[in-house]
Amino acid sequence: LKIIVAIKQVPERDAPIRIDAAGKWIDESDLQWALNESDAYALEEALLLKEKSADPASEVIVLSAGPERVGVTLREGLAKSADRAIHIVADDLASRDALGVARLLAAAIAPEKPDLILTGLQSEDLGLGQTGVILAELLGLPHASLILQVEVVADGNPQAHIRAKRELEEGWFQTIDLPLPALLTIQSGGNKLRYATLMGIKRAKMKECRILRAADLAATSAPVVTLASVSLPHKQKSTQILTGSPAEAATALVEKLKTEARVL
Amino acid sequence: MSVFVVLEVRNGKITRSSWEAAAAAATLANGAPVTAVLLGANTEPLAAQAAAGPVARVLRVEHPLLAAYSSDGYVIALHQLFQKESPTHVVLPHTYQVRDFASRLATRFGQVLISDVIALEPGPTFVRQLFQGRMNAIYQSAGVGPCFVSVQAGAFRAAPLSQGTTSFVPKMPQEDPGASATEGSIPIEFFTPTIAPSDIRTTASEPFRATSQTVDLSSAQLIVSVGRGIKDAANMPIIQQLAEALGAELAASRPICDSGWLPMERQVGSSGQTVAPKLYLAIGISGAIQHLVGIKGSQCIVAINKDSNAPIFEIADYGIIGDLFEIVPALTAAINAAKS
Repeated sequence: LKIIVAIKQVPERDAPIRIDAAGKWIDESDLQWALNESDAYALEEALLLKEKSADPASEVIVLSAGPERVGVTLREGLAKSADRAIHIVADDLASRDALGVARLLAAAIAPEKPDLILTGLQSEDLGLGQTGVILAELLGLPHASLILQVEVVADGNPQAHIRAKRELEEGWFQTIDLPLPALLTIQSGGNKLRYATLMGIKRAKMKECRILRAADLAATSAPVVTLASVSLPHKQKSTQILTGSPAEAATALVEKLKTEARVL
Repeated sequence: MSVFVVLEVRNGKITRSSWEAAAAAATLANGAPVTAVLLGANTEPLAAQAAAGPVARVLRVEHPLLAAYSSDGYVIALHQLFQKESPTHVVLPHTYQVRDFASRLATRFGQVLISDVIALEPGPTFVRQLFQGRMNAIYQSAGVGPCFVSVQAGAFRAAPLSQGTTSFVPKMPQEDPGASATEGSIPIEFFTPTIAPSDIRTTASEPFRATSQTVDLSSAQLIVSVGRGIKDAANMPIIQQLAEALGAELAASRPICDSGWLPMERQVGSSGQTVAPKLYLAIGISGAIQHLVGIKGSQCIVAINKDSNAPIFEIADYGIIGDLFEIVPALTAAINAAKS
């Protein structure tokens, strides 16, 4: 079972986000970066599948596109026991649309001929939720999105296929079966995430991280959709902010809830 | 300009979010006719419902293999339809189902879906949120093919069906959906895609619930809800004490339930329960849209958060900006003091 997990490095969740001088993107200068949350779940699912697989040649490959800093996140994947990494070095991701980024990833994935490709459901920065689904179309593979748990049925047989638990809206689920090779986009929360061990971090340094240049992948395309500008959202409601010490603010709030909002 | 809207059906009814998408399509069309698309094995019972919306034409895309949703079936059917119809814009509701197939469909046209749009501006340009609602971005399409757009639930107001919309005179549903256009009625047409059973590569089960839902938050009057800001399971007691002081139900945003700090059945948001209490106290919840859609029916929303730019403050009535580990115990004390 050969699994590729496409992961993305995103600004750390609590990082202060500032708009850059041109108003076109955020100021990336002193940001901290982290592995996108649902991608961490995709990686976890891949590692569990490999551990459960009867095939001793099973491997998990982490793949990411982005500038040099992305290497740190790929190493994190290797430390969590992915077998090798592929880094598509690209400094122009911001000028590519979802299709342009997926074309890069597809060009790197195709020669590997994986059995299964996993991506996170969506990124915490752009939140497009499309990369995996577009990848499936570019690679001609069946896909399912919003997946929480994955099982390989009849692993090792020619009839091997995927059975996955898919999240629907409002607390409903369904089971979906797909033939291999296939692509799944993974929702957060399906498994408990592992931490990298000290041994894992040591071993990661010895593992292969192959560098591909975006320019060599022949996957350029003029963007169809472009981001024109970014701005801070307008408030829909005027929030009454209660100030003072915690005790003062709390007392003022209780008073407001009783006499003004009349909900207590 | 030729604008299409793809309607979604649940439990035999066209969903509210589909009508919101239809309203967005009408805004985008700016007077030009909007065509509504229905998919299924038999869309007969829905055609009249669709025709009562702000649309000028209904297209029934029917095939036995469309009886149940599949991404392959929907992509094939809609690809064939739009190749024939050449729309300039296709609007869809941003539901889980649409998220599953729409970007695949757009890719087949060499296009890119503009997903989860919250507003339209002249141009047209499309506004969507970045960084979990902390920032807005304006997108535009340079494509020459159809521009695919999915719209966020609640972002556009669905016109009441009986009254039509400002741009469209209300029209009576046509009695014989097979007939062609007649004066004063909406044309309802058929399209039969070519789909082979082997084209559909996935097999999905009937929907099920993981566990029998034992907690019904939808009728709770007071809810104390906790998010990532609580940092650790060991900190949960301060939230429980506040809920007890208020006599409120305890709830949480998704990450808390994902971590197992509260059971899944206490999750509020698009993947959990929808609530409408008198008071919703959001503690350490930044307010990603997936959470906000579950609480917008609340009468009064209070947010406690250290980040004054957190999107939860966009919809909160009252807010306290600061460290929840100081504010929550103070609030518990203030409530107990007010009771005595």
